[in-house]
Amino acid sequence: MEVFHSVFLDEEKCKGCTHCIRRCPTEAIRVKGGKARIDEERCTDCGECIRTCPNHAKYAQTDSLEALQEFRYTIALPAPAFYAQFKFTIPLGKVLNGLLRLGFNEVFEVARGAEILAAEIVRFLQRRDLVLPVISSACPAVVRLVEVKFPSLLDNLLPLDSPLGVAAKIARLGALKKGYRPEEVGVFFITPCPAKVTEARQSGKGLGRIDGAISMASIYARLVSELHLVEDIPDLQIAGFKGIGWARSGGEQESLGEGEYMAVDGIHNVISVFEKIEVGELKGVVYCEAQACVGGCVGGVLAVQNPFIAKVNVNHLMKKYSVFRPWSEEEMETWRRAGVFARERVYEAKEVMKLDRDFQKAMEKYQRIEHLLERLPGLDCGACGSPTCRALAEDVVQGKAEEIDCPFLLRDNMLELAKEIYALASKVPQTMSGKRREDIGGSNSGPCATS
Amino acid sequence: MTDERPLIELERKIAGGDFQSAGDVSSELKRILQQVGFPPPFSRRVVIAAYEAEMNVVIHAWRGIFRAWIFPNRVHIEVDDEGPGIPDLELAFQEGYSTAPPHIREMGFGAGYGLSNMKKCSDRLEIDTRVGEGTKVIMDFFLNPS
Repeated sequence: MEVFHSVFLDEEKCKGCTHCIRRCPTEAIRVKGGKARIDEERCTDCGECIRTCPNHAKYAQTDSLEALQEFRYTIALPAPAFYAQFKFTIPLGKVLNGLLRLGFNEVFEVARGAEILAAEIVRFLQRRDLVLPVISSACPAVVRLVEVKFPSLLDNLLPLDSPLGVAAKIARLGALKKGYRPEEVGVFFITPCPAKVTEARQSGKGLGRIDGAISMASIYARLVSELHLVEDIPDLQIAGFKGIGWARSGGEQESLGEGEYMAVDGIHNVISVFEKIEVGELKGVVYCEAQACVGGCVGGVLAVQNPFIAKVNVNHLMKKYSVFRPWSEEEMETWRRAGVFARERVYEAKEVMKLDRDFQKAMEKYQRIEHLLERLPGLDCGACGSPTCRALAEDVVQGKAEEIDCPFLLRDNMLELAKEIYALASKVPQTMSGKRREDIGGSNSGPCATS
Repeated sequence: MTDERPLIELERKIAGGDFQSAGDVSSELKRILQQVGFPPPFSRRVVIAAYEAEMNVVIHAWRGIFRAWIFPNRVHIEVDDEGPGIPDLELAFQEGYSTAPPHIREMGFGAGYGLSNMKKCSDRLEIDTRVGEGTKVIMDFFLNPS
């Protein structure tokens, strides 16, 4: 499978400091040759490294507005979190009209997609063959985290598409209905994070195709100075509080109504909850909303507003737009038949944690890792370029690093070497016996004093 | 145990009442199974059972030793504790039955599914318990159960 990613490194800015390697939840980064290197197999595009890099050397590769020109009819899909970037007093009809002003022909709210998806999730949760808790598939970094680090939870993942996928498909269906040919329609997501950029890039060629992902921050920058010139068109805004709530952690489970649901945000918190699920400790929980960013999507690295202030905006917006505009059961059935809720990409275990394809070899490698670990200092300092001593031991055994990349082990080795050199130098050639012992200030044994 | 040599052996002490490190041993075991490349569903049931056994020591016993032997096609686990023992084993196997004191149950532990869960997840379960002395749990997991 082709691996697409959207988190990249600006080599010039990277100083080779080791901040990012310790923060990466899947240990996907190593510092080699003074620069951070991302292992694409392991990377979940969560954006933690972007957040943590003191030199801003990590960046998310997004699309620009110029891409709109390739299409006859363009649709903007603003993430619910996009609304929260603006002060809540600004009407959403203004914000959405602002997107049209930037060149889009239509806006379709991902918040609307979320509302519609929520109804389908409620229906799905009524099935009797569920593997509990069902884990939300809305956050692509979380989905990838399961694939990379928690393969035993693959069956827990909700087999439905994300709000973005649902919105993209419904929007495209609408455009096709208007008479546009598939290749004429460009669907663009206004994204809060790099993980969603990757989701867009992996969206395939079919109905769910997303033609580009434009950073929320860049759109914000374009809009903020001219928003006061934009007219408010209230009709553009259809999604109500249920969908808008998906902008922040907790909104997803709230949109499902009453039930045994939970929400966890922040990728390291998600990991600790998933570890509990793995050992069977989350009994009674039916649905687990999990988001890689602290605060949910408002905490995405491409957001402009402080996530906690953004949350205040979301809460106000939810009150202000406390409506729910229903859709018909026929529409729902049409969407279902068109595959609006089906995931185009199946979940698969990435198995990058495996030490070797061959069982026997993997066991041997494990033993060598344990062996080497005993000699490493256990400080997890990162000076070797690997995030932990264990990671270095794994890298050494996999042939990706050397023992002496560890500065402590290097020093030990040098000490040993110095001892050997000293011992060698202390040996006096037979012909020189008794003549040069003191010159080298060597051992106190030997015949020098007596002869 | 057979003559076949295990490829990996794990031996860890468990301290009764130490909720801070509770789960560490099963996490370590999980990592090993994952890295070695056991199929995820197999690893999952081993880890669930191991976790239950580990938690039983933390919740009920004073101290214990967790041992795991990992073979190419099976995992053998023995958890030996010094503790109060189980007075009525049959009762303890019933779902929802727990001898955990109220303050432990309030914390969400000791829901009383431990033994039945271990039985469900393992291919062979043996429990040797002496009241006032301790309990020994022996479990086997076969990759291709015959």
